[in-house]
Amino acid sequence: MEKETAIRLEGITKRFGDVVANRSVSLEVYRGEILSLLGENGSGKTTLMNMISGIYFPDQGHIFVGEKEVLIRSPKDAIDLGIGMIHQHFKLVDVLTAAENIVLGLREKGKFDKKAVAARVQAISEKYGFSIDPQKKVYDMSVSEKQTVEIIKVLYRGADILILDEPTAVLTPQETEKLFAVLRAMRDDGKAIIIITHKLQEVLELSDRVSVLRKGEYIGTVPTSEATAQSLTDMMVGQATVLNIERPEPVNPQRRLSVTGLTVVDGNGVRKLSNVSFDVYGGEILGIAGISGCGQKELLEAIAGLQSVQTGSIIYHSENGSEELVGKSAMAIREKGIRLSFVPEDRLGMGLVANMDMAGNMMLRSFKRGRFGLSDRKSPEVLAEQVKDDLEVVTPSIQTPVRRMSGGNVQKVLVGREIAAEPKILMTAYAVRGLDINTSYTIYHLLNQQKEKGVAVIYVGEDLDVLLELCDRILVLCGGQVSGILNGRSATREQVGLMMTKVGGAS
Amino acid sequence: MTFFVNFFVAAVLMGTTLMYGTLGEILTEKAGNMNLGVEGLIYMGGSSGLIAAFLYERAMGAGAVPGVSVALAFVAAFLAAALGSLLYAFLTITLRTNQNVTGLALTIFGVGYGEFFGEYFRGVGGGRLQISEAAGAIYSQPLLPAFLRDIPVVGKLLFSYNFMIYLCVAIAFVMAWYFARTRSGMSLRAVGEDPATADAAGINVTRYKYLATCLGGGICGLGGLYFTMVSGGGNWSTGAMDGKGWLAVALVIFALWRPLRAVWGSIVFGALMIMYMRVTQFRIPTEIYKILPYVVTVIVLISISIRQKRENQPPASLGAAYFREER
Repeated sequence: MEKETAIRLEGITKRFGDVVANRSVSLEVYRGEILSLLGENGSGKTTLMNMISGIYFPDQGHIFVGEKEVLIRSPKDAIDLGIGMIHQHFKLVDVLTAAENIVLGLREKGKFDKKAVAARVQAISEKYGFSIDPQKKVYDMSVSEKQTVEIIKVLYRGADILILDEPTAVLTPQETEKLFAVLRAMRDDGKAIIIITHKLQEVLELSDRVSVLRKGEYIGTVPTSEATAQSLTDMMVGQATVLNIERPEPVNPQRRLSVTGLTVVDGNGVRKLSNVSFDVYGGEILGIAGISGCGQKELLEAIAGLQSVQTGSIIYHSENGSEELVGKSAMAIREKGIRLSFVPEDRLGMGLVANMDMAGNMMLRSFKRGRFGLSDRKSPEVLAEQVKDDLEVVTPSIQTPVRRMSGGNVQKVLVGREIAAEPKILMTAYAVRGLDINTSYTIYHLLNQQKEKGVAVIYVGEDLDVLLELCDRILVLCGGQVSGILNGRSATREQVGLMMTKVGGAS
Repeated sequence: MTFFVNFFVAAVLMGTTLMYGTLGEILTEKAGNMNLGVEGLIYMGGSSGLIAAFLYERAMGAGAVPGVSVALAFVAAFLAAALGSLLYAFLTITLRTNQNVTGLALTIFGVGYGEFFGEYFRGVGGGRLQISEAAGAIYSQPLLPAFLRDIPVVGKLLFSYNFMIYLCVAIAFVMAWYFARTRSGMSLRAVGEDPATADAAGINVTRYKYLATCLGGGICGLGGLYFTMVSGGGNWSTGAMDGKGWLAVALVIFALWRPLRAVWGSIVFGALMIMYMRVTQFRIPTEIYKILPYVVTVIVLISISIRQKRENQPPASLGAAYFREER
């Protein structure tokens, strides 16, 4: 079959200050194919795609749509060229309905007829097998529904070049399957699809060809049929990485935390956790598995003193006796001398202050220390430099606001700070979400180091393979209940998967 | 009954300055710009309108046409405030300065501008800066025919007002329709909620922000014109407009950014503002009455933040500058 070029990039370069995000990148996508754009965090995938969709303007290079060279100065230009991008952070207006978001910004002639829009949305939905209520407000939607709205929005505008930036990062396995089916249907419809991801499994399963970027440079393109996980990893990181995650044997585990009968009810009266009981030991990594929203967040926040608890107790054990944590605020827990560290899911919301620099963020844990009522500014700076060197944080200086850093570096700053507090208990939520392979391994290694120091590590994760390779025990949550606790060394993927969907796992 | 009717009418008359200011500020804030310069814009509009009419009548002498005087006053009031807003828009949208600081600066500038030229032309007019009786009559006479005004109670309550009040209510209805029913209105709301999303959808964020800010500012300026021409009887008096702009900013919150709520909200605020003159049975210091609008606003703020209903929240990106290539 003759391949028809949909979009072609030649020698695209983009700089942000001194940082080169893309250096002379060339790329070609054909109609009727799915191209995976693979690369580590900060390798410039999103920047490159943002230039196609008109968010950024390239410093150098040429873009061709079809055979014609084009100039994309704004998102509107991109839309007019039939380019549609589904951003990782959805671009939807919360207070508008699905239908309103879909037609937002379109300059259609005639009366603004919401019924006609709804009918057309319905037609697109049926064609590709979506189900969506056009009158539903975006703030009432689940993540997967929002994504559906984004895809319909792009299709409604008649896009035939679709860019999806890490579309599966927030989806459950079932939702991912559904999305892939839709993408295949679009490919068969003759559309060109670019999908940004760093999940190798998905690349191999879905795409026709894979293009790899590394540190802003174009490495190469291979047909998926000729690629393996190992060969792609090599291209991505430039060196072979051992895929095995280390897992030292726990040494002399001491009971550190016992949770009994924990029940949490949220502001709307919905029961988020019911009667959860388990123990955590020092010197081990306890994994927590579960479908998103089944109580992981509430559990960690209850332990950290951020979530009010209806019934139950959380006892902290140490050499100096036991301490009840329920009813204590995060500050009270800290003042009791309980060294509890928490790496939350929402890194730039709960974990770090985006507009503050590294030193300032380090100070969040120590601002109460100091003399004469003044904060000590010197030691956080020392700590920031230390974290920067130890964890190889890539940033111009410790004075750069953390929001300017890439996702992986932000996480390094957060984990570095939490570990520096020398915790007895270290809780992490989705510690490697959105991180590239190398950084993920750095994080696993840090967690193992803590474990070997005798810290009780709680690891909430979504990737079952990682949980099974990293954790000593795995607690499976299902709908706010403990579905079971498995030995990480003997448990299987299927076992965990079953327990995630049904309490107890027995079918 | 008569007391109530009179009180209501007086509240409407008092509240219309606020209604203009509030509607202008709602339009501005819907595009994501928090313009704290309303106070200044009201001063600029009020003084410019009055001065334009005064200079025209002075130049034409006995040949001055009252209608032309009114039209000139309108254009001058609207333009002066719109230009003030253009300055604010340039600073906050193009140069991305802090909106609150810029708005406060605009207030200081606008009040100074109004007082300076007001006093200067009062000097030019020999101690009086005022418009002719004929032009003044256009502002004060009822708009609607007598048979409507003569309906008992209702006629007085609803049909007895001058044209500037009906114009203001009409602006409120047009704005409500614009936000809810038109594509362009939806785009404007999207700009205020989430400019990055609006931009990605192909909406020209900068243009919407500029237009909404300048048009909104112009409407605020008409509030100043209303005050000098109707409340002030076409006569400049020093410092008379003090605080009206701030009340309008508070009223935007009270109205939950909805034009139609601004209509009755301004009547409520108008009532609270004149209560100290009308309700004198209780020996309460007048200052207590004067803080009532602000107390009510605080209560509204608290209640919307407790109830957390999304439709009642301020535009999500209110106060934030937008830059497409921000990382």
